[in-house]
Amino acid sequence: MPGHRVTFRAASDRSLLIRLGESIDLDTHRRVLRLLRTLEAHPVEGMIDLHPAYASILVVFDPVRQDPGGLQAALRIRLAESEAVELAPPRLIEIPVCYGGEYGPDLDAVARFHRIQAERVIELHSRPVYTVYFLGFAPGFAYLGGLPEEIATPRLDVPRARVPAGSVGIAGSQTGVYPFATPGGWRLIGRTPLRMFDPNRASRMSLLETGDQVRFLSIGPEEFAAIERQAQ
Amino acid sequence: MMRVHAPGLLTTVQDLGRPGGGPLGISPAGAADPVALRLGNILLGNPPHAAALEMTLSGGAFEFEEPTLIALTGSDFGAACEGRRLELWRTHEIPAGGILQIGGTASGARCYLCVRGGFAVERWLGSASTHVLSGLGGFHGRPLRKGDALAIYPSRAGRPRKRIRPEVVAAVSPRRTLRVTRGPHSNWFEYATVRTFTSHRYTVTEDANRMGLRLAGPALATRGGGQMITEGVSLGAIQVPPAGQPIILFVDQQTTGGYPIVANIIAADLPSIGQLRPRDEIRFEMTSFEQARRLIIEQEMLLGSGEDLLCE
Repeated sequence: MPGHRVTFRAASDRSLLIRLGESIDLDTHRRVLRLLRTLEAHPVEGMIDLHPAYASILVVFDPVRQDPGGLQAALRIRLAESEAVELAPPRLIEIPVCYGGEYGPDLDAVARFHRIQAERVIELHSRPVYTVYFLGFAPGFAYLGGLPEEIATPRLDVPRARVPAGSVGIAGSQTGVYPFATPGGWRLIGRTPLRMFDPNRASRMSLLETGDQVRFLSIGPEEFAAIERQAQ
Repeated sequence: MMRVHAPGLLTTVQDLGRPGGGPLGISPAGAADPVALRLGNILLGNPPHAAALEMTLSGGAFEFEEPTLIALTGSDFGAACEGRRLELWRTHEIPAGGILQIGGTASGARCYLCVRGGFAVERWLGSASTHVLSGLGGFHGRPLRKGDALAIYPSRAGRPRKRIRPEVVAAVSPRRTLRVTRGPHSNWFEYATVRTFTSHRYTVTEDANRMGLRLAGPALATRGGGQMITEGVSLGAIQVPPAGQPIILFVDQQTTGGYPIVANIIAADLPSIGQLRPRDEIRFEMTSFEQARRLIIEQEMLLGSGEDLLCE
């Protein structure tokens, strides 16, 4: 959009970083999303992958087929085209979460950190409608914006060697769901029985995609078990 | 069919990877030393995307039910079949019931076992590569275990014995001085810090795998070039966390990262990362984007010469 400073920066000899803004906000996010949709629909010559993030897209290209100057010129055309793209209204995905106990071993610590009750943490976490800014880090891992500042909590000093799949965590003012059992340093406050990433799902391999809206629903252990059984 | 008698330390099915998954957070995976894999497939007359086994630091024991033409490429792990030592970079006929015994490495980190036809593994997003951390792709998304049986695609018989020309092997041999281009966050590093990075040796630590390689050496100070927000990261990026010890992002990498990047290893030298072992010492040499592009075009021209790379 006119007035927004866009910069192109070589990240390597086979990738170019397009920065569309310098902050985490919904307006910048929508510009990233419009450019992402444009490039997915109309790839430029030599482009082989896209890594979107909060305010940027990394374009990976084949350096044999394309030179950085030619790539940048082609991307500028797409950038101009992207300004006219109408984004579809976002989908709202509801994610049931069993908070606390074995499902969220750090819930009490997060409550103590903010000197509030655990119930209040749950209330604050499950109230907002979050936005999926992008997927990154690992397959299907959604970076969500919209966590209330009252429950923003620093990462663990020592990351866990293994975080169970479906764990819902807080790291600073970010919140997210681990799609796989991986090492991780986020404070775990709950867990969802949903499969966040399923390579065999015909569509929506990743339950969450860039641009989606998300709400967490607090559920009990019985409901967790019932949904988990249904999912298998 | 090939049966696994002993799987080695970490043996996975790999091909040239699955680029294009970035918007879903999926990194391409694929062979850690794709040049070695490609030369193996060229030797066997396979399509470039045929899947092979990638062995890490140690081999294993593999039995072939039918007579199979194979090739071993990458680093020499000391392979033998029925008491006969098998050289790297050439085709070998394994008889029906033959057991291939592969030892431990004497040089680099990875050896490739390529078979004529390629391993018949279900492709996910167009690739047979295994992404170890997330358990996706390859053979049931995991490293091979004792007792696994892998099917091999049938192929036309009658492939003459071939080997890769020695001068080609020499031209693509792994480098210990890795050439880099400047990173996208140069305002985070003083000139003197970049000098430190390119003028000292760094040691590969034990924490080195397909996701990334942690290095040990002179710490690199970051000066805080403003607010750092998570951005897409590229293969071979050299991240610098607050403690100052650099990390090279590798084939099973995270697709985005929040640490400043001091430099990025050039495309032509990425395969060399796949041959680095813990305790190996490496250096970094800054080069221009123009030179980096000349080098990858040169490498691709060499690898694109197909049968001209071979001799009897």
